[in-house]
Amino acid sequence: MATPIKFREIEGWGPGYLALLAGLGLLVLSGLAAAWFMEHNGHYVTGMNNQIVWGMPHVFAVFLIVAASGALNVASIASVFGKTPYKPLSRLSGLLALTLLAGGLAVLVLDLGRPDRLIVAMTTYNFKSVFAWNIYLYTGFFAVVAVYLWVQMERRMNRYTTVAGWVAFLWRLVLTTGTGSIFGFLVAREAYDAAVMGPLFIAMSFSFGLAIFLLVLMLTYGGTGRPLGDRILKRMGTLLAVFVAAVLYFTAVQHLTNLYAAEHIGVERFILLEGGVYTSLFWWGQVVLGGLVPLALLLLPRFAGSRASIALASILVVLGGLVQVYVIIIGGQAYPLVLFPGMEVASSFMDGEAATYLPSLYEIGLGVSGIAMALLMVALAVKVLPFLPASLADAAIDPHHTRTATTEPAAAGA
Amino acid sequence: MSEFDWKRRHFMSAAAAAAGVVLAPGVTLYGIAAKAREADVPVTSETRWGLLIDVNRCSDGCDACVSACNEENGIEGHGRPATDAQWIRKVQLRDPRTGIEKHFPVMCQHCAEPPCVDVCPTGASFKRADGIVLVDKHICIGCRYCMMACPYKARSFIHENVSEQRPYAPRGKGTVESCTMCVHRVDAGAVPACVEACGERGNGAMLFGDLNDPDSEISQRIATYATRRIRADLGVDPGVWYQNL
Amino acid sequence: MRALVLLFVLLVVPAAAGAQEGRASGPVIPKGKGTQCVAETDYMRRFHMIELTHQRDETVHRGIRTERYSLKECVECHASVGTDGTPISINAPGQFCASCHDYAAVTIDCFQCHASKPDGSDQAGLARSLAVAAGMETVR
Repeated sequence: MATPIKFREIEGWGPGYLALLAGLGLLVLSGLAAAWFMEHNGHYVTGMNNQIVWGMPHVFAVFLIVAASGALNVASIASVFGKTPYKPLSRLSGLLALTLLAGGLAVLVLDLGRPDRLIVAMTTYNFKSVFAWNIYLYTGFFAVVAVYLWVQMERRMNRYTTVAGWVAFLWRLVLTTGTGSIFGFLVAREAYDAAVMGPLFIAMSFSFGLAIFLLVLMLTYGGTGRPLGDRILKRMGTLLAVFVAAVLYFTAVQHLTNLYAAEHIGVERFILLEGGVYTSLFWWGQVVLGGLVPLALLLLPRFAGSRASIALASILVVLGGLVQVYVIIIGGQAYPLVLFPGMEVASSFMDGEAATYLPSLYEIGLGVSGIAMALLMVALAVKVLPFLPASLADAAIDPHHTRTATTEPAAAGA
Repeated sequence: MSEFDWKRRHFMSAAAAAAGVVLAPGVTLYGIAAKAREADVPVTSETRWGLLIDVNRCSDGCDACVSACNEENGIEGHGRPATDAQWIRKVQLRDPRTGIEKHFPVMCQHCAEPPCVDVCPTGASFKRADGIVLVDKHICIGCRYCMMACPYKARSFIHENVSEQRPYAPRGKGTVESCTMCVHRVDAGAVPACVEACGERGNGAMLFGDLNDPDSEISQRIATYATRRIRADLGVDPGVWYQNL
Repeated sequence: MRALVLLFVLLVVPAAAGAQEGRASGPVIPKGKGTQCVAETDYMRRFHMIELTHQRDETVHRGIRTERYSLKECVECHASVGTDGTPISINAPGQFCASCHDYAAVTIDCFQCHASKPDGSDQAGLARSLAVAAGMETVR
């Protein structure tokens, strides 16, 4: 066995760290101010309306919630699938899962029409509602991951890591299925009503979560000057490629299934061909920039393995992910509900017209503040508790490194 | 306080109500006693309220039902059509092959299996025993999931501050609302404002009644004529029926 | 320890001062219509919110529209009329609800949705509608 990994809090109050805290804090504050402004005036100051009822805050919130469960994957690979090289990364993985979920839920809650009634949402339940199930899934996730982190960090409890890891892994699968089902169970919306939303969201979570994890890992180790080995990065880069491909696969399944059914041709024409901004976002943002380009960066021998290409691919996966959630949520609502199939419809309530949506600065500010909240919590947590290994150099984390590193290509997905 | 005579103070308001009755020319209220529920008796599922709309009688350009609804429930627009509330709207339908046009109102369809009720996390969206689908605004958190789930686009989110509400139709910013089938009027034994206005100022295209009572006029007409409901294929069993659609 | 003492001072002293002040002035509550509320005044002061919440659920979910604890009836009796004869919002500063709630620093959100003034105009209209429904008067 290799020498045990040493976890250390990050030290010092350098100007870079303080600037990071201040910058993130400012973003959080402006998000809170935006939320207050929206609540005070009512939602008419946003781009949301009676056609597009869920807007930019929901795009960010769903993205963060989906990414949260995906960020936990790195820990699962270590505890559940027994891949030792991922073990030193488990703590950061659990931490990110918690903070991303907290950031996403904060955005969701701050966008409610009556955020002051949060207590009602927590005490009054309709157990037939997917939303209500999700409230339990989210709070349960916090508890499960917190315990998982604790058994990892408390030496006497280490032997329960595998059990806790399994529970957390299964919980997160259910959680993401639940998040996907928020849309999958909407019988009336043609763009959603499909069981594939569950697996699609799971694939998305794998991909977005790992991309965010990689970015945070590179930033913290770059920022603190701790060693970070190429091999582990390369391994995760390859894994990311697998996840990105899985998202493309489920996206293809989602649209091909719909295309086969004559009644759904309308909505598919809208998203894939004639939806204007949604069509461009789908093809250029989601498929090309968020899918094909990262795949090329991660897999083509010319780029594969370089830190720059892994970082760029991760950034593109994150941006492409936001675009994908935007196309799903906003595009799905922009296509009008079909009350009278085969008929031309018009009314004062915009029946039969594609809805228009122009996100306001407030909504975007609130959404971005969710990401800032998550990162701020990470920045503070790694300062006060030992989440990060002192070294992630190849030799420090993989006992077989010296023997195999030079000959064996990066292992494909775990 | 069991012996407490709180009704003493009621002398005034009861007198006022009686005066209101007398104001309607030559009318007394005995007739409806058989139909109106006592104030302290809860609604039951023996009744299921519904509407029947005869599309052939509804004409283009008439908005008696819409204006009556707005007046009755105190719905005032702010000149922002995308965010202003609409409980009932006139829909124009055109068959692209034949060019035939039809006009008729669409509102909350008061489903027996309402998707809005299924998805509501707090139970604010609910169906009353007599089939009227309502929002309990006291526990609505404004998440708008019901608006995502409704197949009929029947709900509106209140996007701005509201003032000067009607005492019997409370509504406020940050909650979701939709047609209540004028539940305050129904409870008092009257018909919804849209139905009344359609009869008085419109073309008499709307009929309100008890779908569970086989002898009611609405049940009789549904049993006699060809009728349909919007998106009946979804299996939500709407309470609003359309004739000649 | 010093922090604790400071906390004590911050919490208790203003409260005590407020209590004394309160005994001296207290809220001035406008008088309602009639001679007596629907229950004894002490009971209403202490438990009106419980009765209102109970009634609200009964009315909204079960269609029970008894008047005794109906918020509409509270407004009917307790809203004042201004010098020009128009009703004043029961929630306006110094009015029935606000005077006490401001004094006790308890926020009420009833009137974000509910009308805070009585509306006499509906009585005649509804009575006529009832007559129409009863078939006493025909729809033209």
